Amino acid sequence: MSGLSIDKLSMRFDLPNGGSVQALKDVSLELKAGELLSVLGPSGCGKTTLLNIVAGFLAPTDGVMKLNGHQITGPDAERGMVFQQGALFEWMSVRDNVGFGPSMKGMPKHDKAEIVNHLLDVVGLQDFKEKAVYELSGGMQQRVALARCLANDPDVILMDEPLGALDALTREKMQSLVLKLWKETGKTIILITHSVEEALLLGERLIVMAPRPGRIHKEYRLPFAELGVSSDLREVKKHPDFAKKREEILGMIWDMEEEIMGRSEASA
Amino acid sequence: MTGLIVLAVYVGIFVAAMVIFTRLGAKMRDYTSLKTVTFGDESAVRPNRAAGIISILTLFLLWGMFTGSSLIPGFLHAPAPFQGQTSFDLTVEANGQTDMSSVTVLVHEREQNPDDVEVEPGDGFAKNDSITVAQYRSQLVSFDRNDEITRADGAEVVAVNGQRVRPGDRIEIEGGSVTISDKGTPNFEPYNGMQMEPLYLPSPEAVVDRTIKVLDEGFRGTSLLGHLGWSLFRVIAGFVCGAIVGIPLGYAMGLSNWFRGWFDPIVEFMRPVPPLALIPLVIIWAGIGETGKIILLFLAALWIMAIAARSGVSGVNIAKVHAAYSLGASKWQIMRYVIIPNSLPEIFTGARVAMGVCWGTVVAAELVAAEKGAGMMIMVASKFQNTDIVILGIILIGVIGFGIDMLMRGAERFMVPWKGKG
Ligand SMILES: Nc1ncnc2c1ncn2[C@@H]1O[C@H](COP(=O)(O)OP(=O)(O)O)[C@@H](O)[C@H]1O
Ligand SMILES: [Mg+2]
Repeated sequence: MSGLSIDKLSMRFDLPNGGSVQALKDVSLELKAGELLSVLGPSGCGKTTLLNIVAGFLAPTDGVMKLNGHQITGPDAERGMVFQQGALFEWMSVRDNVGFGPSMKGMPKHDKAEIVNHLLDVVGLQDFKEKAVYELSGGMQQRVALARCLANDPDVILMDEPLGALDALTREKMQSLVLKLWKETGKTIILITHSVEEALLLGERLIVMAPRPGRIHKEYRLPFAELGVSSDLREVKKHPDFAKKREEILGMIWDMEEEIMGRSEASA
Repeated sequence: MTGLIVLAVYVGIFVAAMVIFTRLGAKMRDYTSLKTVTFGDESAVRPNRAAGIISILTLFLLWGMFTGSSLIPGFLHAPAPFQGQTSFDLTVEANGQTDMSSVTVLVHEREQNPDDVEVEPGDGFAKNDSITVAQYRSQLVSFDRNDEITRADGAEVVAVNGQRVRPGDRIEIEGGSVTISDKGTPNFEPYNGMQMEPLYLPSPEAVVDRTIKVLDEGFRGTSLLGHLGWSLFRVIAGFVCGAIVGIPLGYAMGLSNWFRGWFDPIVEFMRPVPPLALIPLVIIWAGIGETGKIILLFLAALWIMAIAARSGVSGVNIAKVHAAYSLGASKWQIMRYVIIPNSLPEIFTGARVAMGVCWGTVVAAELVAAEKGAGMMIMVASKFQNTDIVILGIILIGVIGFGIDMLMRGAERFMVPWKGKG
């Protein structure tokens, strides 16, 4: 039973004013080891909530999650997390940030240094290892975050809009890096994004979520991630299927957004 | 009056220096100097170095001007008080006859006590008089003391220097003025000039002299450095105790519901109580000895440090904590590697504030009761009207307070270079 299984997950937030928000309703999902899933949806549809539950930061009001057969009850080193920004430890150097996980486990210095060095090579930050993280650019910081997560060798990597704060060019380079790391490490990855293009490029599987209550609206299996591993992402984007899928999903999300707008106008 | 003149001179120097130095000021060729919008762009406003230097010099200049300091050329001095000999004539009328007599006045400095100037009695029934008067004081002239016809016999002053006078009139003479009192007695007041009386504001060199003397002899049985050292010792002892208790308390309040609930009302209540208001209670409970002072400073630092530590914990970006848990850190490791380092900048800011408050509080506490310390020094000096020691004390208190803040800033830059970079 290797892989992540999510069964009928529901999450309701009770608000202080007595009302409640149904952030997720009956979300079920099976993810095999090594699969790359991207999650797309209008903002407020529960993507972050879903990820926080899988990471173990929130307990769902209903439903069961299992990783490799055992139930998820809290945060654990088996599930690594990459945040949009602000999650690096600015009081540590790049090297210490990357080595944080191994240090916490009490790994011998020598082994740790080896892992850190290897990962710094992989993300191309060998020359910056002594620098403080706040001296790095946004793209470099996210590479540190990726390396820090990988240093811990988790089974699943959860990413919440990891590239959302980057400029378009840096973002494209980082997308290639994510694909490369996925292929090389064979990790199971869940990646949340609000960019349709990114979801298509990086999703071996793609789910589109719908809001109120948050649920899985549609699921795709896509060839682009495989293509992207071996060729330039710009080439992948020229693929005729790519444009077609993009239009289809964009339209779907537009409709959802419009529905939300309409509903809130009606209630106003 | 003098105050307005001081203000006018100050504003005059300010404006003149501004006009001169902003016109002549060397044009710097850097990025900021190329900004066209500077009015409203705070980052383009940098302290003008010349202004800073002139500002300090001006304060000393004014101080010297209005105390007649020998450190600045005499023509810059504000008009000095009259000193030396002057005289005026009195016309006395008695039983229809009139006679002139002169009054010789010797105006001397406060501390001196010279004898009257010897004068010839002169002729006529009104004899010449001689008086002495200290600067800034006045003196009634009992003109009939040596006269042949006294006031009891009907003598009265009808003119001063030939000008007719009635009770209440005031006549300006060289070196002062003469006022006829309601009872007809002339009252001489020397000219005070516009300088401050040394009793109120001693000249800079007097303060320097006194500094050297106090450095040499000490003050009230303790050396100058001893007084300052005692004040500093109390501040550091109180602050360290406050930090040792306050920081863990703040962490506990930031990490545990129970601690937060228990201590929130206490902290929120104590925070707005100025430490000075606690002095009476602390004196009642712990007396005026060292214990009482250190308890007071402990209380002054405690709440500030607790609040700083609490907000340091609550200020941690939750993503960092989540990331650390996902990397396999235990609670203790989260504390050690995430929460503590993350809260250090806040704690340093709190420490700076606390040290400032403690320094102010220690001086105030020593003003109330102490045998040693900077505050005690200026308080005792003021009772004996040693204004120079008071000024010396105030300058030293200011310099040390500033020094403490500079040190804390330096420590902060060195210890938490990541401050504000998160
Ligand atoms: N702690 C919370 N308390 C109350 N409501 C919440 C909380 N967290 C999220 N929500 C609500 O749940 C819904 C989903 O939020 P989120 O998962 O952040 O959406 P997304 O990441 O897709 O933009 C939103 O309507 C949001 O307002
Ligand atoms: Mg989100």
